[in-house]
Amino acid sequence: MSANISSFLYLISAVCFIMALRGLSSAATSRLGNLYGIIGMAVAILTTLLMPQISHYGIILLGILCGGGIGAIIARKIHMTALPQLVAGFHSLVGLAAVFVAGAALNSPDAYGIGTVGAIKASSLIEMGLGTAIGAITFTGSLIAFGKLQGLISGKPLVFAGQHLFNATLGAALVFLLFIFMLTESHFIFWVLTCVALALGLLLILPIGGADMPVVISMLNSYSGWAAAGIGFTLGNHLLIITGALVGASGAILSYIMCKGMNRSIFNVILGGFGTDQPAEGTANAETDRPVKVSNAEDAAYILSNAQSVIIVPGYGMAVAQAQHALREMSDHLKKKGVKIKYAIHPVAGRMPGHMNVLLAEANVPYDEVHELEEINNDFSTADVAFVIGANDITNPAAKTNPASPIYGMPILDVERAKTVLFVKRSLATGYAGVDNDLFYRDNTFMVLGDAKKVCEDVVKGL
Amino acid sequence: MDLRGLMEKVSKIQEAAHGLLDDANALRSATKTMMEKANGGAELDPFVMGLTVFILACFVGYYVVWKVTPALHSPLMSVTNAISSVIIVGALIAAGPSIGGISTTFGFLAVVLASINIFGGFIVTQRMLAMFSKNK
Repeated sequence: MSANISSFLYLISAVCFIMALRGLSSAATSRLGNLYGIIGMAVAILTTLLMPQISHYGIILLGILCGGGIGAIIARKIHMTALPQLVAGFHSLVGLAAVFVAGAALNSPDAYGIGTVGAIKASSLIEMGLGTAIGAITFTGSLIAFGKLQGLISGKPLVFAGQHLFNATLGAALVFLLFIFMLTESHFIFWVLTCVALALGLLLILPIGGADMPVVISMLNSYSGWAAAGIGFTLGNHLLIITGALVGASGAILSYIMCKGMNRSIFNVILGGFGTDQPAEGTANAETDRPVKVSNAEDAAYILSNAQSVIIVPGYGMAVAQAQHALREMSDHLKKKGVKIKYAIHPVAGRMPGHMNVLLAEANVPYDEVHELEEINNDFSTADVAFVIGANDITNPAAKTNPASPIYGMPILDVERAKTVLFVKRSLATGYAGVDNDLFYRDNTFMVLGDAKKVCEDVVKGL
Repeated sequence: MDLRGLMEKVSKIQEAAHGLLDDANALRSATKTMMEKANGGAELDPFVMGLTVFILACFVGYYVVWKVTPALHSPLMSVTNAISSVIIVGALIAAGPSIGGISTTFGFLAVVLASINIFGGFIVTQRMLAMFSKNK
């Protein structure tokens, strides 16, 4: 196949990928979008296989079958609650693949037409070095994110003295090594560069805490795109450059949206350590002896069944308890009694962008009952009950009233304006930000302590 | 006398010929540099082409992704993850030629990793989207 034809087919593939993203603009077209993505990928792979320099089909087929089989099994078996760690794990694979491709290009540059061993063009060397560095950072960073989400390592931020200085030194070393690599084309320097990048990936994500994971995952999503684009520059392949740019831009936008949802800058999140500081003024634990109205599931059932409109606010606790099905069953019973049910989703609820939406969709909650923060925030004042299940910081009025609070300025769901607030929570402990929630002590707040799933089931019994 | 005059003429002609040759060489090199200049102006560095494509694709990505509804952010993430595995193209070129050795090994490993992502990413996206569309 001539180079012109394959470039043209790559262009078709790139257009398919753009259409795939476009399809996600509404639920109606989203499945078509996914189909476009699959077609684009198939075109890209077939085009490459038909190139004249490809002659070893056996090994390629073996690789695709092995990888494809593993991927298909994982994707079919995975629980929707484990989605964030799955995505983090997948990101790490893209990063590692980028490192391998860069390594292969370094060892046989003639296959890619970028020179011969020992005489690779300087621009290709820079692109190769950048591609492998971003890939390596994505790999280890995603592994740490995976570990934190899966609970293999502590979700608490890990910080040590001089961390930022150390990371900055590593970053400077990376630039220096890249420069040396460009001058020498030394394989040894290439692998040193890769190792430094691997270490940097670890150290960048370790200090970031569990609830900041929506930002981290989006950021790593973005990195995996930039890594693909970097490899695209190395190989002079426009399809890789276009796709890498699309993915990179998408991840960057999601990171921005998530940061805005917490009213924090991206630097604040990356520098990490949030939620480990000593409780600031106005968040002191001394206040915890204030009276709290603790209620039980039966009372909650009574309150809910006497309400006319209920707004449900799910959070990460619902995902942990896998309570989405029980919750939907509860709202079905309430709907039968004529109660109007709505769901309010905070942008950073859960551990990845859109996490709550997926879980509610899994539990067959109708699409039109689920609302974003801006749409629904005014409705709390007319709601009889706000049913907060497994969420905490995203409802804390201190974000609006207390400038000393670490979460000050974060957009919150105004649950305190509902007539009654029911808080389903495992304990009275503070949320991720380590901030005491003033809502717990309000007159119209009832705490229902217990596992989210169990509470929902008990409420159903009470109804 | 005649012979000497003839010899002088011959050496003069020789000199002139040398001069002509030098001029011709100068002309050739001048033409060559001019040709190179002309070619250099018309032929773009592949990096510049790549950069053009890259920047334009960033803009396309930016405008397309802002249109995605927040409810579908999780599928967006898994589908972008799947399509970023288009890096498999580079892996295939490494694994394909009958070179053998370390490049083939790297290529093979990258093909496996990217395939996990492609199949896993698209299937999990499909699963998610099926949930959304059945609840419409």
